[in-house]
This record gives sequence, structure tokens and C-alpha cells, in this order.
Amino acid sequence: MGMKEKMKNKYLKCLLAGAWIGLLTIPFAGIIRAAYIACAVAGASIVVTSLARLRQAGILKIPPTGALIERAERLYTGPKKIIAIAVLLAALSAFPFIADRYALDLASQTGIYIVLALGLNIVVGQTGLLVLGYVAFYAVGAYTYAILSTGHLINFWAALPVAAFMAGIFGLILGAPTLRLRGDYLAIVTLGFGEITRIVLNNWDKLTGGPNGIADIPRPRIGSFRFTLTYFYYLVLVFAVLTVIFVGRLNNSRIGRAWIAIREDETAAEAMGVNTTWLKLLSFALGATLAGLAGVFYTAKMGFVSPESFNFLESVIILCMVVLGGMGSIPGVILGAVILYIMPEALRDFQQFRMLIFGGSLVALMVFRPQGIIGTKRRGVEMKVKPATE
Amino acid sequence: MELFLEQIINGLTVGAVYALIALGYTMVYGILELINFAHGEIYMLGAYLGIILLGVLTATGVTAMSLPLSIIITIIAAGIICAAYGATMEKIAYRPLRDAPRLAPLISAMGMSIFLQNYVMLTQGPNDKVYPQTIPVTTFTFMGADVTYIQLFIIAASVLLMAALHFFIMKTKMGKAMRATALDKKAAGLMGINIDSVISVTFILGSFLAAVAGVMVGIYYGVVNFYIGYLAGMKAFTAAVLGGIGNIPGAMLGGFVLGILESLGAGYLWPEYKDAFAFLVLVLILIIRPQGLLGERMPDKV
Repeated sequence: MGMKEKMKNKYLKCLLAGAWIGLLTIPFAGIIRAAYIACAVAGASIVVTSLARLRQAGILKIPPTGALIERAERLYTGPKKIIAIAVLLAALSAFPFIADRYALDLASQTGIYIVLALGLNIVVGQTGLLVLGYVAFYAVGAYTYAILSTGHLINFWAALPVAAFMAGIFGLILGAPTLRLRGDYLAIVTLGFGEITRIVLNNWDKLTGGPNGIADIPRPRIGSFRFTLTYFYYLVLVFAVLTVIFVGRLNNSRIGRAWIAIREDETAAEAMGVNTTWLKLLSFALGATLAGLAGVFYTAKMGFVSPESFNFLESVIILCMVVLGGMGSIPGVILGAVILYIMPEALRDFQQFRMLIFGGSLVALMVFRPQGIIGTKRRGVEMKVKPATE
Repeated sequence: MELFLEQIINGLTVGAVYALIALGYTMVYGILELINFAHGEIYMLGAYLGIILLGVLTATGVTAMSLPLSIIITIIAAGIICAAYGATMEKIAYRPLRDAPRLAPLISAMGMSIFLQNYVMLTQGPNDKVYPQTIPVTTFTFMGADVTYIQLFIIAASVLLMAALHFFIMKTKMGKAMRATALDKKAAGLMGINIDSVISVTFILGSFLAAVAGVMVGIYYGVVNFYIGYLAGMKAFTAAVLGGIGNIPGAMLGGFVLGILESLGAGYLWPEYKDAFAFLVLVLILIIRPQGLLGERMPDKV
């Protein structure tokens, strides 16, 4: 078959794909809308095929994403890296001077998501334990602050260690019985715990206010100084930066390396003298603690909590942040959190289409770049070895 | 006593539905080791197709001619359309990721699930959809308990489908290929089995069953919504794990056991915690007996 013949076939396939998808959507969308969908699918696949063809022919030069990132990494090492980080921090500190309330609120929430994603990254990305009910720890932190502060028992600052402790304990309680489980089983048990937590929050009216939640939760204050949104933004910024430093230090520590050993091969790690039980529990507890702290910040920002905010989709989104950016890589996870929180917000103009686009892009990103946007180096090695061991 | 019997029959009805959906999870897991999170959405698509197709059949006068015929056409057509959806989904979202790191297909499945939910919400509207009132709810008394014919139909149809599936997997060539693939994908491929088509067939079968469950539940409850797939999917998955994931008779047993446990738990203990009950069962079973009721203990891979 000649080159031309092959391309012709490929384009024919695009048309067929469009027709097929159109056919499938007829019962739901009706014939007219299905025809639009068919044209859109066929058109999009023809564009993608043409781009791939142009790239193959050398007319269009798109360097592979991996190479781009490597180039960026090489560019920003040593003093340059420090300067880059300083510029970034300065820009983030200056942000409130140019931003409106909406942007500030968005930025604060992004900071909270970064902490959540980094916390989950400890468990999923570093230790390799797939947790699907992470939002439960977030909820524990959020409700701890909500219940204690509306009862005038405690202020924001005192709530931080209490919530961290509660969430950490919750992590241990959840972690201890599930340590024997591996892979998908662990994922499902944690998912079950997450759902149970939400259902309990929804039904325990006396303590949690049931589906109505808890309102009038105070913003943090020091004496008479009240943290308005602008100051709260700085508070979140400090919190996020501290978390990044903490997680980064942990990453390169003895504990971090032991976690990676567990992730790569638990049995081998155990044989090499890594105390897997204790380290897995530690990973659970630390991940939970960070989520608990993030929960306090969330409630303080919103002034309100309800079980709605802690559904399974939230767990999925946080997990996607970790995987999308590149598991185990701190810049990757931060990038994932920023993209996934900002993207649906930026798509607000498309209102009802935004979650459709969100779901579709998750699939597309996984298909085209399964290792995430920034995969870690170690991860790269692991993936090359993997087929041989199976 | 009557209440108890009614709860058991309710449990069997719901359990039959869980079992039908669970089969899809367990077959896919058995072959791909993938938790197909979008499977619940296929069930939801089936429930919607039930309304759409019944509407078309009523408008064209088929329902007026014979109601059972129209229901059967609806079930089969919905099954076929959903089978096409399932196979397409596999091709788009899972096939390219077969050799990718473990988490990638899982995220892809979740993305697919979100996508399908919103697809139905956009095309069919965000509000509850009601089944046409053409299906009469007739009851009869069985040992003092009220039983509807729909319940009886659901249980009978499910058992029939499960028997058919069992026959397909044990007696046909394709079924044999599926079993071989589940045991060892690579070796099966070397023996000349076309893995791609085996996987497609797995998705087709699973989706067909889920769609049938969807139509039947739609008729049973009369109301559907675009988010019903998640909870039903999770419970069906629980059923699959309960029976031992990857194990087909296990999924059937798990579905019935879960349905009855849930129905009794909700009926006698705490109705408001009905949904938590399924998850509690899931957590307990995984901690106490992770291989499930009928599963075999899997040694850790070194």
C-alpha cells in the first residue's frame, strides 16, 4: 500500500468514526444534534490526523512534551532556579494588588487544593497506595473547625493542631485495618470509608447539622485584627509554601526514599529491611493531616460547610490533580492542582458544558500522556522496567 | 413475618439488578484488572434508553398492540445500543492505555464516567425523568406478602440472563477464549486468541446486561436521573467484590446477598443509613475476607 493510499484510509476512518459516534448519539441527542456531533467528531479527528501527518513529514515541528520539560528543567538549575522561585513568590505576593475579589477567592482555593493534592501525593504518588476516599480527611478537618468554632470552644489557630490531630487519627484508624490490602482493594475500601463519612455527616443532625451543614463559621483573627480575604490569601500562600517545603524535604529524606521503595516493590522493600507497616501508616497519617489542615482553611474561607462539598467527585478531582501533573513530582502535582481547579472555573462561560469538557479532557490527557504532564525521573525508569517483570 | 418476606423479595429484586451490573464489573476486572468506573453510567444510559424507546414504541402504536412485546423490544434494543456504547468506550478510553501505568486507565474511566453523566444531563435535561404510565402495577399476594409482577419479572429475567451468560462462557468458543484471556493474557495471545476482540466482547456483554438492568429498574421505580449510575455502580461493584472479583458466579451471589442484606438492614435497623450499609459491607468483607465469598486466595506477586 502506498503512502497516499494509507492516508486516504486514515481519513476514511475519521469519517467512519464520526458517523459511528453520530449514530450512537441519535437516541439521546436527536437526529439534528447527532449530525452536528458526527461532523464535530469527524472534523476533530481529521485535524488530529493531519497534524500527525504534517509532523511525520517534518513540515510541522512540535518537540515532544518530555523534551520541552527537560529543557526547562536544565535551564532552571542552581542560582537560576532560586531566582525563578523568588520571582514566582514575588508575583504571588503582589497578586492581591491587581486582583479582584473573585480572583483572590479563586487563588486562595487553588492554594488549598495544592495542599490537598500534595497531601494525597504522599500517599498515592510516593507510597503507591491508591486512596479514593481522601476527601474524608478533608471533611474531618473542616467539620472539626466548624463544630468547635461555632460552639465558641476554640479559635482558628487552636483549631489547626486539633484538626490536624483528628484527621491524622482518622487516617490511622482507616489505615491500620487496610494495610494488608493492595492496589485496587485498598482503593475501594478507602472509597467506602469516604462514602460512609459523607453519609454519616449527612445524617448526624445533632452534631453536623445534617444536609444543611453549619453556617456562620468565623474567619481567623488575631486580637481585633480580622483576616479579610486579602489577608486570608496571604495566610493560604504561607500555608501552601510551608507545605511545599515540608513535602520537598520529606521527599529526599530517608522516609521519602523508603516510601518510594514500597511503591516500586513492596515485597522487595520489606526484604531490604524497610519497616513497611510503620511507613505506610505514617504515609496515611501525614496525608490525612495535611488534608485536615486544608479542611480548616477551607471552612474558614467559606464560613460554611455541608456534606455536599465532600462527595466522591471531589476525591476524584484531587486524585486527578496528582496523576495529571505527574505522580510523585512536586511541581507536577502543583501544576495539576492549578490546571484542574482553574480549568472548570475558566470554563464557567460554557456553564453546563464545563464538566463534559472536564471529563473528556481527563480521558484525552490520559490517552495521550499517561505518565502525567511532568513525570518524575524515577517514574520513567520504573516504566521502562515494568514490561520485563510482568 | 409478612414484612420479613416482603423485605426478602425487595432484596432479591434489587439484588438481581446489582448482580446484573456486577457481572460487567467482574468480567472486565477478570480480564483487564481494571475497575471500570464508567460501568454504572452504562446502566444509567440503559435506564434512559428505556424511557426513550418506550416513548417511541408507544407513539408508533406498538405498546397499544402488546405491552409485553414493547417492553421486550425496549430491553433488547437498549441492550444493543448500550453494548455499542460499551465497546466504543473501551476503544476510546481503555485500549490505548493497556500498557500504561496502572492509574492511567482508572483516571480515564473516571473521566469517562463524568463525561457520560454530563452528556446525558445535557441532552436529556437535569431533572428527573418519569417512565410512561403505560405499565400497570399489579400485585398478588404470596404467603401474605405483596409482590408485584414487575418484581417477579426482574428476578426471572435476571436469572435467565445469568444462566445464558454462564452457558456462553462455559460452552462457546468465545467463552473459552475469554476464560483463557482472564487466566493469562499473553499466553492466550500466543495461542492465537485475538485479545482485542475478546476484550470487546467482554465490554459488549457487560454493557448489555447493565442496560437490561437499567431498563428494568426504570420500570420498577418509574423515575430515572443522570446521577443514578454512580450509586448503583458502586453497589454493584460491592456485590462483585463480595462474591470475589473476577469470579462470575460470585458476582451473581454477591448481588443477591447484598440486595437482601441492604433491604433487611434498611427495613429493620436504620433506614436513613441504607446506602452506608452497602459500603460498610464492602469495607468489612475486604478487611476480613478480601478474596470474597467465592474467590480464591491470590498469592502476592513477588
